[in-house]
Amino acid sequence: MSSHIDALLQRDSFIERGARSRARALLDAGTMRELAGPFERLHSPWLAMQQLVTQADDGVVVAKGKLDGQPTVVLAIEGAYQGGSMGEIGAAKIAGSLELAARDNRRGIPTQAVILFETGGVRLQEANLGLAGIAEIQSAIVDLRRYRPVIGVSAGTVGCYGGMSIAAGLCSYLVMTREARLGLNGPLVIEQEAGVAEFDARRRGLIWSLTGGEQRVATGLADACVEDDTATIRATLTRLFAQGLPEQHRSERALDYLERLARVDTAVQAAPETVRTIYREGDAA
Amino acid sequence: MNENREASGRGAAWLRLLTDGAAAAHDWPAVRVVDALLAGQPARYVAVVPDPDNRFPRARNGEVGLVEGWQLARAVQEAVELDRAAPVKRPIVAVIDVPSQAYGRSEEAFGIHQALAGAAGAYAEARLAGHPVIGLIVGLAMSGAFLAHGYQANRIIALDDAGVQVHAMGKASAARVTLRSVEALERLAASVPPMAYDIKNYASLGLLWRVLQVNDAHAPGAQDLAAVRETLEAALADIVADRERGLSGRLHGPHRQASRRVRELLASQWEGAID
Repeated sequence: MSSHIDALLQRDSFIERGARSRARALLDAGTMRELAGPFERLHSPWLAMQQLVTQADDGVVVAKGKLDGQPTVVLAIEGAYQGGSMGEIGAAKIAGSLELAARDNRRGIPTQAVILFETGGVRLQEANLGLAGIAEIQSAIVDLRRYRPVIGVSAGTVGCYGGMSIAAGLCSYLVMTREARLGLNGPLVIEQEAGVAEFDARRRGLIWSLTGGEQRVATGLADACVEDDTATIRATLTRLFAQGLPEQHRSERALDYLERLARVDTAVQAAPETVRTIYREGDAA
Repeated sequence: MNENREASGRGAAWLRLLTDGAAAAHDWPAVRVVDALLAGQPARYVAVVPDPDNRFPRARNGEVGLVEGWQLARAVQEAVELDRAAPVKRPIVAVIDVPSQAYGRSEEAFGIHQALAGAAGAYAEARLAGHPVIGLIVGLAMSGAFLAHGYQANRIIALDDAGVQVHAMGKASAARVTLRSVEALERLAASVPPMAYDIKNYASLGLLWRVLQVNDAHAPGAQDLAAVRETLEAALADIVADRERGLSGRLHGPHRQASRRVRELLASQWEGAID
């Protein structure tokens, strides 16, 4: 017991780090350079119009440097600011960086990307510009992943929701911790749209059992479920980048998923074990 | 509540008219895929329509659900596969009237985010492969459903009509998540352009290529059909004449100053001493 506590105390938690600290910890020591940083004072014009608190980096850190010697850009979303929501500026920082990384590759520089998804999705106070920005992020991921992997990490505790969960679904690889959740519609929104019988947003166990990191990896919807430990996450990224591009991106497997979904009994509510069975059988086939 | 929670049937109507009632390429009830001509050349038209008997109960009103997302992906992948070796890639027209993604427990459990990524990714791949992709908004273009079906297009055209709306989330949910009343949300939507639901405000964001006047968006006549055809053909010609395959054409609107500023900063700072 006491050794377990010691291990916990000595662990370098990734979750407890802020976005900037996460980015710095992933890149090789001394290589990180922040672009479009807080001193550029990129405050959201739309939040200001609504008398809401703005932040000089709009909650997204663009960190360029090296990972295991390879040119890498880390796009870290700050979950502690506005729920990691995507407004015009934050989304433009991510999309614009991925666009430049793709351009690098076309010019012979094999820049790769990591996105730290800590986000509820569109910032509803910037609604349509957030949605448009997310479409541009998705476009840029698909462009860049033709050359080098784009790896998504969802560490927690915000999780990854809304349009950004779709962006995560476009990544070459997805890394999650047990604390993270990945889903399109947040529990509150499902409860609002479909009723409490469909989804009770207070049932935390249910939420994690269906959308948590362990389940997503067990069902093949993510690639690695790792401890909340900075060195472990860094090592996992290094390993996945070294693998190179997957033979087929998960988002390209339409035929596989249609075949599996045909076997779902839709008369009953989905249970975690059912999803594991159907999606595992799909993999074996 | 005056929220429009169901597809209006416009998607099916416009798809039928634009393709002269040609037969569907698949027997899929909710995702309708029709091969027909555009400007005299083969094109693929795709629409999501209501399917009252959908196996997944949360996807019966025209929502984009698990199966719909992957079927959209497949429909677009097929067009890319057909033209793999062809010098001229066939245009893909997304006829858009989608009230939302499907909201449900099974949807989350089986990874609806991944199904929508399948669709969005397929459209983006098709565009990058040189297929002219055109989005035609004839009704609702909401949230994740729009991301999956249409938002990756080279050019987006919307009909100028009160029934045409674009947004990130329905009003009731948006109010709940942002801790506001629906009334407060509507007041803000009237003064903050990106928060509005109507097409006039949306057009001010610079994301649309054209906003098109029609006499009747719901039951279009011959004149409306001709106008839409002409605009689709013009969009196709515009795409073919443009070497750009990305979405940078959307950054010119008066309300996208911040998006442009961020990209300028990134471009000027991208190359650094360490590299």
